[in-house]
Amino acid sequence: MDWTALSVSLRLAFGTCLLLIPFGLWLGRTLASRDFRGKAFCEALVALPLVMPPTVLGFYLMQSFGSDAPFGALWHRLFGDGLNFTFNGILVASLLANLPFAVQPIQRAFESVPGNLREAAWCSGLSPWQTLLRIELPLVWPGIVSAMALTFAHTLGEFGVILMVGGSIDGETRTLAIAIYDRVQAFDEQGAGIMSAMLLALSFMTIGVVYGLAGRRRWRHV
Amino acid sequence: MSERGQALSPTLAVNLHQVGPMPLAAEFHCEAGELLALVGPSGSGKTTLLRSIAGLYRPASGHISCAGEVWFDRARSVALPPQRRRVGMVFQDYALFPHLSALGNVMVALGHLPAMQRRTRALEWLARVRLEGLAERYPAQLSGGQRQRVAVARALARNPRVLLLDEPFSAVDQVTRRRLQRELALLREEIHIPIVLVTHDLDEASALADRLCVLHGGRSLQQGTPEALFRHPASPAVARLLDRHNVFSGEVVECAGQRRLKWGPCYLEVDHGLAGHPLGRQLSWYLPPSDVVLHRRGRPSHGERENPVQARVAEMVVLGGMTSVSLAFDHTPRLMRFEMATHAARRNGLARDESVQVSLLASGIHLMHESSDDHQPRHLQDTPQGALP
Repeated sequence: MDWTALSVSLRLAFGTCLLLIPFGLWLGRTLASRDFRGKAFCEALVALPLVMPPTVLGFYLMQSFGSDAPFGALWHRLFGDGLNFTFNGILVASLLANLPFAVQPIQRAFESVPGNLREAAWCSGLSPWQTLLRIELPLVWPGIVSAMALTFAHTLGEFGVILMVGGSIDGETRTLAIAIYDRVQAFDEQGAGIMSAMLLALSFMTIGVVYGLAGRRRWRHV
Repeated sequence: MSERGQALSPTLAVNLHQVGPMPLAAEFHCEAGELLALVGPSGSGKTTLLRSIAGLYRPASGHISCAGEVWFDRARSVALPPQRRRVGMVFQDYALFPHLSALGNVMVALGHLPAMQRRTRALEWLARVRLEGLAERYPAQLSGGQRQRVAVARALARNPRVLLLDEPFSAVDQVTRRRLQRELALLREEIHIPIVLVTHDLDEASALADRLCVLHGGRSLQQGTPEALFRHPASPAVARLLDRHNVFSGEVVECAGQRRLKWGPCYLEVDHGLAGHPLGRQLSWYLPPSDVVLHRRGRPSHGERENPVQARVAEMVVLGGMTSVSLAFDHTPRLMRFEMATHAARRNGLARDESVQVSLLASGIHLMHESSDDHQPRHLQDTPQGALP
């Protein structure tokens, strides 16, 4: 069992959730509640990682992370470090690859909240922030949990993008999924099997938590 | 309510105009303790006006003030958000927060009170709308009528300066509707703020409201008491919107030195308003069904010398104890409707295609300026009962 790879995977999954869910909340709510020019284009961009081959996304990210590309150069100037073959690089890649998993469940949840609930809250004297915290978030909470679980589980299993951007550097970019691949390449099927079982258990637990929490909304039950 | 609010007349005054996307040209007011019903067909702008008062919609121009406070004044760039308008709003589908209990829903609107008092006050409000014992139930566990009561309690809990009701009885069955309407009528005795009710149900509006404001295409066409509007619609358009059928057109003429209204071969006497019109003017006129008097066969009846007209029974519809009779005339394709007791219709031997004679009471004939096809609104004036527009 490669505990270092597990640690990298968990750090990556938690880091992606921590950074992406607040952004997903903002973008999901904006897409659900507002109509603006280019909205369809914006939604298509969010969904793109779903249909794009991970190696293609990884290739473009690797290109843009290079120090001669504008984004890579900017990052280097700001943080004094490159992105390719670093943990920060696979974190940024993971943020982009998981965009649809974080945004879409939250957007759907906000869309299912009737617009007049928001208005009723305003007419009851709640400010927009109070309305978000006391009315909207409790109603979209299952969507947020879904987004977190999907993002977490998908990050644990992400392979192509991570391999393209991060390679397989021990303790830095080698995640559990890549370690499994390495073990198979080295004909260590037992090691690969243990790590696969670990990933399976983690994924199952994550999905179990989602379904468990979603079933606890007693106000839905008459 | 603040001392300032109590010192000033807590009148709601609304005057809104815009060309699009929803055309608006509406002006009305509502006094404290008064119930004003905004009536009109779907798409007439009733809900848009209510949302404008609540601050949920900003029209292109206009002015809204309540209790001496300006809530909206486009010219001065004043547009208070809903939170600062102190409105109590009951939405069409009640818009209760599904994740909060009945108590929680009412407590949301009590943010102006110290946290310690909110629960007690919310329970008091629920008791006032007769929901004792149901405070911990979620909206999904309440009946339609109970939900409506929670919505009313939540709207009133904020101690609002105006109560806005958007089709509040449309989502419940008829028995519940009657009961809730009765409760609203009782509740009115306890709250002395302007109440604006949006409805497309004319019976509901005339039963509950002190005054009606008739809307069409975002325009307020006429305001007044239900009786005044039903007897004296300002225009044929208003008559149509109020489901008044007996609208015809005639010409002002002089006959034996007397002003008369020429309607086909008939020269009708009119008690009020004919003198104000020049000879030859075409006028629309309306006659309430109650002012059509059927002559009894073989026996002279009261008023039979007043505007007697020969007609043919075109339609008879029995609706329980009352029969709706439609009369056809040779000179106009329009039918004249009136109602009479079914047993009286039977006793008189009324039947389809029978020839009958009726009197059109001169005191009931109401003259209107526009021709019957004119949709243009009259200016926004209250029509006093018995007066001409």
